[in-house]
Amino acid sequence: MGKYWNEQIECMSREDMKKLQDERLVKQVKHVWDNVPYYRKKMEEKGVTPDDIKSTDDLYKLPFLTKADLRDAYPYGLLAKPLSECVRIQSTSGTTGKRVVAFYTQNDIDLWEDCCARAITAVGGTEDDVCQVCYGYGLFTGGPGLNGGSHKVGCLTLPMSSGNTERQIQFMMDLGSTIICCTPSYAAYIGETLHEMGYKPEDNKLKAGIFGAEPWTEEMRREIEKSLGIKAYDIYGLTETSGPGVAFECEAQTGMHINEDNFIAEIIDPDTGEVLPEGSKGELVFTSITKEAFPLLRYRTRDICVLTREKCSCGRTLVKMCKPMGRSDDMMIIRGVNVFPSQIESVLIEQGYSPNYLIEVDRVNNTDTFDISVEMNADQFSDTVKDIQKKEAELVSAMKTVLGINPKVHLVSPKSIARSEGKAVRVIDKRKLI
Amino acid sequence: MTIKQLSVFVENRPGKLSAVTRLFGDNKIDIRAMSIADTKDFGILRLIVNDPEKALEILKENDYPVTITNVIAIGVDDAPGGLAGAMEALYENNIGLEYMYAFVSKTENTAYVVFRVENNEKALEALTEKGYEALTASDLYDM
Repeated sequence: MGKYWNEQIECMSREDMKKLQDERLVKQVKHVWDNVPYYRKKMEEKGVTPDDIKSTDDLYKLPFLTKADLRDAYPYGLLAKPLSECVRIQSTSGTTGKRVVAFYTQNDIDLWEDCCARAITAVGGTEDDVCQVCYGYGLFTGGPGLNGGSHKVGCLTLPMSSGNTERQIQFMMDLGSTIICCTPSYAAYIGETLHEMGYKPEDNKLKAGIFGAEPWTEEMRREIEKSLGIKAYDIYGLTETSGPGVAFECEAQTGMHINEDNFIAEIIDPDTGEVLPEGSKGELVFTSITKEAFPLLRYRTRDICVLTREKCSCGRTLVKMCKPMGRSDDMMIIRGVNVFPSQIESVLIEQGYSPNYLIEVDRVNNTDTFDISVEMNADQFSDTVKDIQKKEAELVSAMKTVLGINPKVHLVSPKSIARSEGKAVRVIDKRKLI
Repeated sequence: MTIKQLSVFVENRPGKLSAVTRLFGDNKIDIRAMSIADTKDFGILRLIVNDPEKALEILKENDYPVTITNVIAIGVDDAPGGLAGAMEALYENNIGLEYMYAFVSKTENTAYVVFRVENNEKALEALTEKGYEALTASDLYDM
C-alpha cells in the first residue's frame, strides 16, 4: 500500500476538486431543500432557492447553521433520510440542551471511515500495523470512527476504548501495537505511566499516534513524541459533520488536510458572517457535500482557524487547516469533552446553590485540571463536615452526569464570587495552548 | 437539657477566621467554648457563646451560612479517666458521637465537654444514670 489511501482524491488538482465540489454541492442543496423543511425555511427566509446555487462560488448565499439550530431541531429536524435508511446515531457529550444527535446511513459510515482510513494511511499505517484505538467507544465518535478507518486500512485493530491504563499498556506490549489513537492528554498519561513502570520509549513498538478531540500544543506534541518514541499527528472532526477525519495531518506535521471531496471549508468573520479571503483568521464553517442522513450546510464550528493552500511536501493538494486557535463562543474543551458554562450554571441552580461560580482550567502534567468554586449558602450548610461533603459529592455527581467529566468542587464563602452584572468573569483558562 | 451551639461556615482562606471573630468582638459576644472542624477548602467553626440568638442574627446579617445545633455539655473530673467514664456511658448505650470538644473553666478540678450525638435524649439519660450532670445554658454562660 502506498502513502495515500486515495491518491486520486488526495492529490487532485484544484480545478478538478472544485468541479467535484460544485457538482456535489448543487446536488446536496437540492437534497436538503427537498428533505429538510427546517433548512428549506431558512433558505426561503433568505430568499434563496436551489436554482441560485450553481457552484461553490454561490455557497455564501446559503444561510448558516449553528449549534442553536441543532438544539431547536433536535432530534429529527435536520434529518434528510427516512429513519429506515439510517443505520447509526452518534452523539456529543452534555445534556442540558446542548446534545447533538447525528444520523448516518451505511454510505455515510463508509465515507466517514474512509476519511479515517486516509488519516491512518497518512501516518504510515498499512495492513501490517497493529492499531490500538483508545478513544471512547459508544456515542462518542472517536472510537467508532478510528476503529472503522483502521479496519478499512486492514490494520489489526485493538478496540480498547479509553481508560484502564494498565490494561492498555499490557496489550500494547504483548501485541506490539504500532499505531495508537487517543486524546493527546491520554497519550501523555500513557507515556508517563510507561516511564513509571520502568519502560524506556524504545521498549514499545509504537511508531505513530493519531491524537485529537481536544486542543494541544506543539510542546505537548514534542513531549508525547519523546515519551512514547513516536511521531504524533493531529486529527480534527466534530460529531455534527461526522466525527474524526474531517481533517488529518500528514508527514509534514504542519496542519491538517481537509477531506474536501466531502467537506467544503470556509473561513468567516464570526461577527458579520462575511466570508474572509484565504489566509485570514476567522471562524471555520463546514458544508457536508456527501452526507445523506445528516447533511449540514454552512455549519459554524465556532473554532477559530486559518486555511492555507500552500503546496504541501507530502504531495496532497487538499487544503490545510491550522490547529484551532480558540473559540468564538464560550465553549471549553476539557479533557476532550465540550463544556459550556451554562451547563454548570443549570446544575448549580438545580442543586440549590447560587449560580455564581468560577471555573478554573489548567493543564498540569499534560492533563486538564477542572476546578469550580461554588458559594456555600445557608440552605446547603449543615453542622457536620460529613453532611456537607455528602452534598458536595451529590453536586459533583450531578455535574458529571451533565458534563461527562468530573470537576473538583470548592465551597467558598457566600457573595465572594463576582456577581453577573456587567461582565462577570466565569472562566479562567490558564492552559497555554497556542 | 441541651445548650445552643452556633456552627458557622468559614472558607479556608487567610483572614476569614479573623473577620468572624472580630465580628463577635465588635458586638460584645463572649465565646465560652469553641472548636473548628477543617477540610481542605473550608472549616466549620463551632461556638458556645453568651448570647446565641444575637450572634445568629449578626452572622446572618453578614452573610455567613450559620445554624444552631442543640448539644450536650457536661462536667467531668479533671483527672485521668475523667472523660473515659462519660465515653463508656455513650458506648454502652450504643449512642453515636458526631463530634466533641472540651474546655476547662475557673472551677477547680472540673473539665467540661461538649458533645454532639445522634440522640440527645438517649445520651442525656445514659449520662445522668452514670452520675454526670448536664449543664444548662445559664450554667455555661455565667461560668
